[in-house]
Amino acid sequence: MTPAIELQDIVKSFGRLVANDRVSLAVRPGSIHALVGENGAGKTTLMKVLFGLYQPDAGTLRVQGETVRFRSPLDALRRGLGMVHQHFMLVPPLTVAENITLGREPRAGVSYDRRRAESDVAELSRRYGLAVDPRARVESLSVGQQQRVEILKILYRGARVLILDEPTAVLTPQEVDELFAVLRSLRDAGDTVVLITHKLREVIELSDRVTVMRGGRVVGERDTKDVTIEELAEMMVGRPVLLTLEKGPSRPGDPVLETEGLVVRDDRGLDAVRGVRLVVRAGEIVGVAGVEGNGQAELIEALAGLRHASGGTIRLAGRDVTRATPLARLRHGLAHVPADRLARGILADFDLADNLILGMQRDAPYRRGPWLDRAAVRAHAAGTLAEYDVRPPLPQVPVRTLSGGNQQKLVVGRELSRRGRLLIAAHPTRGVDLGAIEFIHRRLVAERDRGAGVLLVSSELSELLALSDRLIVIYEGALVHETVPEATDERTLGLYMSGHRRPGNAA
Amino acid sequence: MSEPAAPATATASAARSWLRPLLPPAIAVVFSLVAGAGFIFAVGQNPLTVYGAMVAGVFGSAYGWGQVLFKATPLVFTGLAVALGFRAGLFNIGAEGQAYLASFVMGAAGAALAPTLPGPLVLVAAALAGIAAGAAYAAVPGLLKARFGSHEVINTIMLNFIAFALVNYLGHGTFVHETVHTAELPRTALLPRLDLVWPALRGSPVNASLGLAGLACVGVGLLLWRTPFGYELRAVGLSPGAAEYGGARVPAVWVKTMALSGALAALVGVNFVLGYKGYFESGFTAGVGFLGIAVALLGRTHPVGIVLAALFFGALSQGGLVINSLVPKELVDILQAIVILMAIVSHEVVERRLRRRA
Amino acid sequence: MIGDAFGAAAVLAFVAQTVRISVPYAFGAMGCAFSERGGVINIAAEGIFLHAALAYTLTAYFTGNAWLGVAAAAAAGLATGALHALVTVTFRADQITSGLGINLLAVGLTRFVLKAVFHSSSNSERVAGLPTWNVPGLSALPGVGPLLGTPLVLVALGLVFFSWWLLFRTPFGLRLRSVGEHPEAAATLGLSVNRLRYAGVLLSGVLAGLGGAWLASDQRSFTDGMSAGRGYIALAAMIVGKWNPVGAALACLLFGAAEALQIRLQGAGIPNEFLQMLPYLVTMLVLAGAIGRARPPASVGRPYDPESHG
Repeated sequence: MTPAIELQDIVKSFGRLVANDRVSLAVRPGSIHALVGENGAGKTTLMKVLFGLYQPDAGTLRVQGETVRFRSPLDALRRGLGMVHQHFMLVPPLTVAENITLGREPRAGVSYDRRRAESDVAELSRRYGLAVDPRARVESLSVGQQQRVEILKILYRGARVLILDEPTAVLTPQEVDELFAVLRSLRDAGDTVVLITHKLREVIELSDRVTVMRGGRVVGERDTKDVTIEELAEMMVGRPVLLTLEKGPSRPGDPVLETEGLVVRDDRGLDAVRGVRLVVRAGEIVGVAGVEGNGQAELIEALAGLRHASGGTIRLAGRDVTRATPLARLRHGLAHVPADRLARGILADFDLADNLILGMQRDAPYRRGPWLDRAAVRAHAAGTLAEYDVRPPLPQVPVRTLSGGNQQKLVVGRELSRRGRLLIAAHPTRGVDLGAIEFIHRRLVAERDRGAGVLLVSSELSELLALSDRLIVIYEGALVHETVPEATDERTLGLYMSGHRRPGNAA
Repeated sequence: MSEPAAPATATASAARSWLRPLLPPAIAVVFSLVAGAGFIFAVGQNPLTVYGAMVAGVFGSAYGWGQVLFKATPLVFTGLAVALGFRAGLFNIGAEGQAYLASFVMGAAGAALAPTLPGPLVLVAAALAGIAAGAAYAAVPGLLKARFGSHEVINTIMLNFIAFALVNYLGHGTFVHETVHTAELPRTALLPRLDLVWPALRGSPVNASLGLAGLACVGVGLLLWRTPFGYELRAVGLSPGAAEYGGARVPAVWVKTMALSGALAALVGVNFVLGYKGYFESGFTAGVGFLGIAVALLGRTHPVGIVLAALFFGALSQGGLVINSLVPKELVDILQAIVILMAIVSHEVVERRLRRRA
Repeated sequence: MIGDAFGAAAVLAFVAQTVRISVPYAFGAMGCAFSERGGVINIAAEGIFLHAALAYTLTAYFTGNAWLGVAAAAAAGLATGALHALVTVTFRADQITSGLGINLLAVGLTRFVLKAVFHSSSNSERVAGLPTWNVPGLSALPGVGPLLGTPLVLVALGLVFFSWWLLFRTPFGLRLRSVGEHPEAAATLGLSVNRLRYAGVLLSGVLAGLGGAWLASDQRSFTDGMSAGRGYIALAAMIVGKWNPVGAALACLLFGAAEALQIRLQGAGIPNEFLQMLPYLVTMLVLAGAIGRARPPASVGRPYDPESHG
């Protein structure tokens, strides 16, 4: 059977980084094929090569057996390949119909035939079971609805191969089910779906065949029915996945963080955090598990003072900080490894030394009178860069020249050097290579042993299970389950994370 | 605007890191001179003759040097004003209006105080009044941005026009009857001219505000790189999200930066009103704010670069007067505009080239 | 004096004067709207007015033909727009500085040419203005009749509706707006962001050029600095009109009325200068959200870099 799409010996490098190292992949028509791997394994790069956003340095692409060369996404679209990106490519103020027909607008003479566009879209939406209102403005739609518009957009252009990049990252569980139903019906109608994901549960549930990538290479390909999650995980990581960490028992002391009835609104004005009561004590690591988009980001921002809390209270080491500025909280013992390193955690054009005092520029020892004490800043930099193995350890280079992993180590090093009372660590190992992950994990435990309280928010369940002394699940803005790692497993947590269990004692 | 990378390897790269910030301005200057040659040909003159006459006329006499310094001084002030704003991510197109209003306040305040206070006190009081006016006027767009999020570009453009109208209005009551200038201040209330110390400069109104310009450069440099406020200011300019995360109050930084920027622009008045004419005249300081933008860009928002750029524009401006018999002096205005356009283009092209190689 | 101002003839004269004043603003505002809808800030209307007015004057002077003058003005506007597009779209340099640079260039260049050709630093010779048409029905109206017979006024009126239709009822307008809001999305659908942005900027150049033609033909000469800040008022009108051609035209009428009022009420109590400040104050109020939210196209001011998204 001729593969719907075939990539053969694809090579793609960026400078010294080889993102795709002679990768070959064949996708059968009328199937759902999953492409899995960790962050940085090369899967998104490979798909961007397929989709015409990148030109491969070497290798061939074939569509229905015919060799092709895509110079742009438009070429790929013309050949029936459509990509649904992780960050939607939709124009917010335009309507659904306008977005879908953009570039291939139906015309009435010289004008845009709005009525036909809307009816065409309605027809398409009916045919594929993707309910949308053609006249609605995209900016008013939910994330799940926007994704449907993205899918319709490529179907409108005749795509028979759909590539979806981490489609469920921002969906609620119901939306995920709806999406899977659509993908299955597309497959049954003869279309081909390529799913890029790192969520193994979804791979097992949805796909027919799975390819695993690691470090820029394909390390395995199986029919999904012949493989287990553990085998996939092992292939993804390269070794048995049980992260055992040398960790002594925790000795929790006084609370360093207490929230009561915390309510926080998101950017759209809806309640993202609904009346949360959360306690973190000195000397313990509290892990928060949840699908991204369930209020974790808003919770953390409210705790750090970067987002206004519309209700409830926050106490930091005994003091009410609900109305306090970020600076006041930092001065009262808050340390924060932010989720979004680029937007919050670093100043790209500042050098390493200056980045290492971000948040401390107004306080001794880096400030003396009206001046910055450059010597103190340099000393701090030298020490921290060495201690946290940041490479290259050159205080004068701009931080943007560092790799993502080293930037993250710098941020972690900075926050741990505060020796705060409460450390909020949001996705602390995202984008970091394996060696550094273990390093960071050990430092987090050391922080706990020093007597700090650690609030760990992560989407990696293995990380949470390995590090936490207590584990909490957040779902739709509420804490729905509290447990300890010994008493639970990924499957149970996953059920709570998708709202399948009702909250017991939400602590 | 961005600090050059200092890679860990050889001296070739170290040399390149020096070259990198200088290359775009150099390209811009050369390009504009070449383009200017085209205009010179168009009016039937020889570019070499004209440029030669320019150089000779400007740098051939102490008077010429004095004029260059005199014209460069206000450009240093507005250049610093705009550059400070840029560093915080703010585009202060209002330096023109801020300088104008502040100069008027200096003239009016001086005229009001001159009968009752001794000369030097008048000088200081008038200067402070003008600086305060400039700072307050510039704080307005800062406050609008902080409170309403409205972009400072359009607001400062609007405020320039409002400043002109405002000064016209206030002038009715303050200008000497049937003139468009404020009352002249006594010599004792003015800054000393440099030709007291260097007689060869005789005739050039270059004055002690030149020293003030130097101080301002040093002050801005120290502020930006040696103080916590300067750290936060630069952080806000690079990434307001990260700056907020690091404890900076972003809206407050905006307002304070705009106020400082206005105060710097106000110093233009010290040069013209309190150092040269002794009064404020309608139409004064025309263009100094817009040229300040050019100076800030050409000088890469760095005090040293700003001084060099201000000297360059000052020399061009004086050169225009010298060659006026050969070619309309507006050639200089054309050159200045081309320099601005080429400065931003070459900046982009150089950055992209170097990024691709990295 | 105020009593006189409200007689019927006076009102019609006031309306006529308002329209006359608003015409260049309208050309400028609609032009800039097209540029900004595509995502390119264009504050160079002031400079384009000058270039175009000079082009009209020179052409009318040497050929005696006012219509050729209009064509030359449009061409000058197009060329200036092309310069702005080259700097901001092709080279991706800062859009505001480019606009400022062009405005400064225009001041210097027009003075240079004025001296070189007319040997004066303030004004040119007198040239032909556009003839008045005799539009049946319209031209007979009292007060406003002759005004409505002026070709450029009719063109301006027509352009308001044409611009609106082009922007909101055609595929081109849809694509231009998408590029101004989310260029990456447009690019993934195969639209050429650069080509569309060029179109928007060139269009703004031509329209503003017609504004310059009006200024020169109305005055029948070119004087130094004759744009007198009108380009910035056009920019303000665009903002107050929320980047919509019809809204911008209404804002232009508002500003024109304020100016006509100022002329009429000179010496009648309210200081001139405050009426002069009115357009600027109104714009600032609108930007601050006091009179409804004014949101520009989302990607306006940001150069589009195809490599950064890949």
